[in-house]
Amino acid sequence: MRHLATWSILGLTLTFLIGPFLIIILAGASATDYLAFPPEGLTLKWYLKVFTVESFRASFALSMALAIFGTFMALLLGVPAAYALNRYDLPGAETLRTIVAAPIIVPGIIVGLALLRYMVVPTGVTVTLALFMAHTALVLPYAVRVVSSSMTNLRADMEEAAVLLGCSRLQAFTKVVLPNIRGGVLAAFILGFVTSFNQVPVSLFLSGPGVRTLPIDMLAYMEITFDPSVAALSALLAFMSLAIVFTAERLLGFSRYV
Amino acid sequence: MSDAFVQLSDLTLSYGKSVAVPNLDLSIREGELIALLGPSGCGKTTTMRSIAGLLAPTGGTITIDGRDVTRVPANKRGIGLVFQSYALFPHLTAFENVAFGLRLQKLPEAEIKARTEEGLATVGLTGFEKRKPAEMSGGQQQRVALARSLVMRPKVLLLDEPLSNLDARLRLEMRTELQRVQKETGITMVFVTHDQAEALALADRIVLMKDGKIEQLGTPSDLYARPATAFAAEFMGFENIFRVEGTEVVTAKGRLPLEARPESPILAWRPDAVTVGSGPHEGRVAACSFAGAHREYVIDSALGPIKADAAIALPEVALGETIRFDLPLSTARGLAA
Repeated sequence: MRHLATWSILGLTLTFLIGPFLIIILAGASATDYLAFPPEGLTLKWYLKVFTVESFRASFALSMALAIFGTFMALLLGVPAAYALNRYDLPGAETLRTIVAAPIIVPGIIVGLALLRYMVVPTGVTVTLALFMAHTALVLPYAVRVVSSSMTNLRADMEEAAVLLGCSRLQAFTKVVLPNIRGGVLAAFILGFVTSFNQVPVSLFLSGPGVRTLPIDMLAYMEITFDPSVAALSALLAFMSLAIVFTAERLLGFSRYV
Repeated sequence: MSDAFVQLSDLTLSYGKSVAVPNLDLSIREGELIALLGPSGCGKTTTMRSIAGLLAPTGGTITIDGRDVTRVPANKRGIGLVFQSYALFPHLTAFENVAFGLRLQKLPEAEIKARTEEGLATVGLTGFEKRKPAEMSGGQQQRVALARSLVMRPKVLLLDEPLSNLDARLRLEMRTELQRVQKETGITMVFVTHDQAEALALADRIVLMKDGKIEQLGTPSDLYARPATAFAAEFMGFENIFRVEGTEVVTAKGRLPLEARPESPILAWRPDAVTVGSGPHEGRVAACSFAGAHREYVIDSALGPIKADAAIALPEVALGETIRFDLPLSTARGLAA
């Protein structure tokens, strides 16, 4: 009886986790001109069509750029922040940690609306810059968290030892701290990249005419065209995320850091 | 103090408002092995960190080899420090750990290699070049840490509790090793410890510290035989320390007469300085344990518990039985108030 319950829970969990994924893969292969499941006939033409849609190419490039540079910027801010939070007994460190985590806790819709109303509208920044700043802010919590956890085992006396051997404080950081948190920084980058790339609610508010991230572009596409290519693209993107995380797990034991 | 190699003058060290070390004066000769001994919080580690340059003094000066280094940053001071945790770089091999400082000096590769190998050989770790710290035992890690400091040819080598993380056998081995290295290199060493046995065994001179001040400074045999204060005596194994009033020793519990009026206000006896089995006083055996060459008694006396060692030849007195003892003036150590 016990066994049966365990297996059914496992079965249901896997169904709900993997099921939707299988559905979009198959729906993207349907030979019909509209989205259909179960697929009627099988074809790869929608998977190929995805690459020919001009707006997808542009928005894919934008999403890639946002994910790469936004995450990079978040790490540029997040690594020193994590270091300071770990190393120094800062007043209000706990408050700071909470504030840094805020973009994950507050619903994206609210963050998006707030950024639009109080950052984009009053300052008139370009759509691309607004998206870049928003994605940086959204990824920052992951950067601080993940890098922080990889720093907890790094004792301060290691840096002091480096200083006594002739390092400046900066050299001690680059020669001793950084090499030892490399895994955490890479993990934070991957997590940040995936988060940024798949981000919808905030981007929804900040996207402007002609400047859309890929997920937003897919939403817009679906409003006009209802062919299986959106399902095909979704499946391709899911594979991309999967491949990134799988490679990361293989190379550096990604799950240790997340 | 013309022969001082390291000179601390009027050194004051504070953390915020609390003064850890007030107005410390200490001179260390070249090639000396000095122990900073004391309980935790006595300022010994703080003093060591300030010599290293990791802690800026709030007052006073530090001179090393005739040069005032008080304001010289830690990375320009030429001082080595072996951390209690060893503080090896986990991402580097033993070889790269030892070569770390030499590489920073941008020495020719051949010299780096030669000096690193020599350093590893000095601590008996030839053949361990490619090991990462995680693949070495605590004792081996400490040797790497020692070699890493030694290859820099520091003016002074500081060691923070060098033996406390090792087991008994390794401790003895490392002690011999440190003495050998010191003799071979002639380097001035200062080590911090809370263990008087370590200090007695290793140091040329011991600086006994209490509350940031030097309680007593002397050679191990000096301190062992002639502690000046009750604190020093306690640290050096004088278990029975009593206040003197006239011709009696007094505690909160009671008093016992002495054979004559002593000169010192406080008297102290090691357990082996108490006469057991004969004497004018009586007590009850509260505990007795066999320690090989002698028996260790705890005698419940008019003064409270007295620790006394009895020769094994004397017949054992059972728990609760009455035992005679004496606190002879001839074996007492007189202390300052």
